[in-house]
Amino acid sequence: MQAIRQYFHSLMLLELFKGLNVTFRYFHQPKFTLSYPEEKTPKSPRYRGLHALRRYPNGEERCIACKLCEAVCPALAITIDSTQREDGTRRTTRYDIDMFKCIYCGFCEESCPVDSIVETSFTDYHFEERGEHIVDKQQLLALGDRFEEQIAADRAKDAPYR
Amino acid sequence: MATIQDKDIELVTIEVDGREIEARKGEMVIQATDRADIEIPRFCYHHKLSIAANCRMCLVDVEKAPKPLPACATPVAEGMKVFTRSRRAVDAQRGVMEFLLINHPLDCPICDQGGECELQDLAMGYGRSISRFTERKRVVADKNLGPLVSTDMTRCIHCTRCVRFLEEIAGTAELGGVGRGEHTEISTFIERNIESELSGNIIDLCPVGALTNKPFRFSARAWEMTARPYIGTHDCVGSNLYFHVRGGKIMRAVPRENEDINECWLADRDRYSHFGLAADDRVTVPRIKVDGKWQDTDWDTALARAAELLGKAVDDHGADQLGVLASPRATCEEHFLLRRLAEGLGTPHRDHRLRILDSRDPALGSARLDRPLRDVSGADAVFMVGSHLRHDQPILNHRVRTAWRSNQAAVMDLNPVAWKFPFDMAERLIVAPQHMTETLARVARAAFDIAGQTPPDSPLGRFIAERSPEPAAEKIARVLAESDNGFLLVGDQALFHPEAAFLRAIAAEIARLTETALMVLPGPANSQGAWRAGMVPGESGKSASEQLAQGRKAYLLFDIEPEFDLADAATARAGLADAEAVIALAAFAGSDLLDVADVLLPLAPVPETEGSYINADGHRQWLKPAARPVGGAHAGWKILRLFGEHMKIDGFDFSLLAEVDRMLDDTDAPTFPPFEVESIETAGDEGLWRIGPVPMYSVDALVRRAPALQQAHHADNGFAAINPATADALGLKDGDDVLLRQGDAQVRSVLRIDDAIPPSSVWMASATCLASHLGPAWGPIELEKDQ
Repeated sequence: MQAIRQYFHSLMLLELFKGLNVTFRYFHQPKFTLSYPEEKTPKSPRYRGLHALRRYPNGEERCIACKLCEAVCPALAITIDSTQREDGTRRTTRYDIDMFKCIYCGFCEESCPVDSIVETSFTDYHFEERGEHIVDKQQLLALGDRFEEQIAADRAKDAPYR
Repeated sequence: MATIQDKDIELVTIEVDGREIEARKGEMVIQATDRADIEIPRFCYHHKLSIAANCRMCLVDVEKAPKPLPACATPVAEGMKVFTRSRRAVDAQRGVMEFLLINHPLDCPICDQGGECELQDLAMGYGRSISRFTERKRVVADKNLGPLVSTDMTRCIHCTRCVRFLEEIAGTAELGGVGRGEHTEISTFIERNIESELSGNIIDLCPVGALTNKPFRFSARAWEMTARPYIGTHDCVGSNLYFHVRGGKIMRAVPRENEDINECWLADRDRYSHFGLAADDRVTVPRIKVDGKWQDTDWDTALARAAELLGKAVDDHGADQLGVLASPRATCEEHFLLRRLAEGLGTPHRDHRLRILDSRDPALGSARLDRPLRDVSGADAVFMVGSHLRHDQPILNHRVRTAWRSNQAAVMDLNPVAWKFPFDMAERLIVAPQHMTETLARVARAAFDIAGQTPPDSPLGRFIAERSPEPAAEKIARVLAESDNGFLLVGDQALFHPEAAFLRAIAAEIARLTETALMVLPGPANSQGAWRAGMVPGESGKSASEQLAQGRKAYLLFDIEPEFDLADAATARAGLADAEAVIALAAFAGSDLLDVADVLLPLAPVPETEGSYINADGHRQWLKPAARPVGGAHAGWKILRLFGEHMKIDGFDFSLLAEVDRMLDDTDAPTFPPFEVESIETAGDEGLWRIGPVPMYSVDALVRRAPALQQAHHADNGFAAINPATADALGLKDGDDVLLRQGDAQVRSVLRIDDAIPPSSVWMASATCLASHLGPAWGPIELEKDQ
């Protein structure tokens, strides 16, 4: 009896139509595929992407060269030199992040007492020349200027949970 | 547990946290617990300072006491039971910590003390994790304390360690507490810089970030640096210190405790001199002079050129025409190799005693210490002959001050200037340099009288016998004779004096007669090491001053700046300019060196080099390089090794410094017969004499290039000074432009009137830019108004 039932099932291609049913159902539904880079997946406000150094609204850099990020960095990716700026404040003369060493753990951001070094949600970058992977202070500040709106919005969204 | 060795001290037993420990009767609880390694938090207590008990952090619970007591101000008593971790003690400590943090700005991220801060550490151990203080914190204006110490007074917790240090140890009392309660501020009394030569120590003492190292400010973090043990290389004391190094570069210096030498203090000169290593005129590649123009080259070319020039000079004029001169800052090994080199080349004319003018006594410049330096702290009488101790050996000066403070020691001096010392002087003999020998002989005469002896029938004895002592000289001799623990200290100014041999011989007589310890200090830095290594004139060799005065055809200079490091700058310049070949191993290329030298070999000076130093006590200290040599510079011993090989001299085929040490150990130090005064004649009363001491911050090339020290008050030496009486006689007044003349050498300078200067003399410091065009540091000088 079992054998007869199986024979008819296979003769009527039922499995095939079941499968095709799935195919046709998805065929008419909206697509999952994103057309990167025109389209992007949404990210958590806690996403840890490319680093940036932020400024205060008056344009002053936030970083005070306390070197906590350098000390906490588990991959030793950050190198800082500091000095006294002419106005007497403590500032960095060098702030380098080696992007090849960085493991994007976010400790630098956690340790920063002035929310200066942050990891933005920006991930679309690459290096073409040897040496470009060391991102210096001017580049990091420029990144901060470029993404400030996004950085501020992400931090605001996350603030209630901290 | 540490035990107390000295059996004379009465002991009591106390119980701390259930543990029985021994304590000296009368000492404070915290002293006993410190010895037993029991931790009690504290801010104001420091084992070298008096007890203030004003921070209240060390509150402990004592059985039967109605309230917690400060451990630093509670004397121990037999059977006392102390609880440092009981509920009541911990509550008290937490409460104190909360009060201390009320007005503390908590700006640790921008504070240089962050990471090595006592307040941070104790707040972690005893503080709350949150602050309950919501009111406004106070803000205190920063004070300008000069170029060495920077202030952030808002951070101050008023422990008054700095105030007590300056009052008790440095003896200058330049800081004090102003105001009360919340309005308390630590401040200078009048707005002014701190001028103490030990001022840097208040940085180490400050438990918070209120006083920090100014030249170091914001340049590194405590956790980034490694501490490398080294010693201070600017005086014969050899203070122990740590260099804090980051990436091969010295960032700062802090003291290393050594009770025999510097206790836990460090002179500013040793603390801030390393900033000179980065000077602009640092020689980083070998350079040779071709047709009067300097060219950078490689080591092989430069060494070959140097060997060729020296070889030619020796071949043409004989080895006798070669002089080898070394800075006393070289290590023992370098001195030894220089001696070997000179011997290999066949010249006896080698010397490290660059500032010594007197050539009568061949042993001049070597130390003779009857007692170790640390015993000076226990003196009951100190007689300083020709010593600006405070500037020449600041740490030793502190010991004399300790003797004055704790034993009421009578401190007396015979000096060419009434220098200010941080102790009261029981008697002073301030005379013009030309009268120093005679004045000291008067003290010797008084000493003979007190001892009931007559001076022997020798030239020196007759000279002494002819003197008639005045009351001051008599008093000095009497105080020395009556002392149980007297010290006669012959200092640097007596050593550089043209009659140094006489001064030394007479001082030895006085010490013998009064049964005081004779302390003839050696010359600067590692002079003792140079003596050990034999870097002194050999058989019929000439001293540095004689070599330059007579002129040689070729010189080998080791770390010498001709215009600053030699006793007679004008003669030195002329002597070197006339030479056919001058090979210089130099760390810095000053303009004079560039003029006279033919080959410049870049030298890594201390503290970039390794080797050993011998201090005045004869204590040899081995050093490892603290920093990476700048550019292509090499340690002196390596350069000398290569040079020795190029000159084909035996004994230069070693590859390790230890082999040099072994050779040095196998070689005896040179000995000289005791100096007998054959005839004694002193300068007459005619004319003026120059007083030319080397200022504290001009002693060597490194110090002269340390920017912070050069901004300090003590580096202001570009003037001439005379006594008001001399000024009246010459018709001069303060601020006049004057012309100073020594032989053909002359300079223009501004004149200051200073009654610390004795009549018949002109004060004009050596080793300054101004004095680099003058003649001998000590000797006749003419002064006239500049038209």
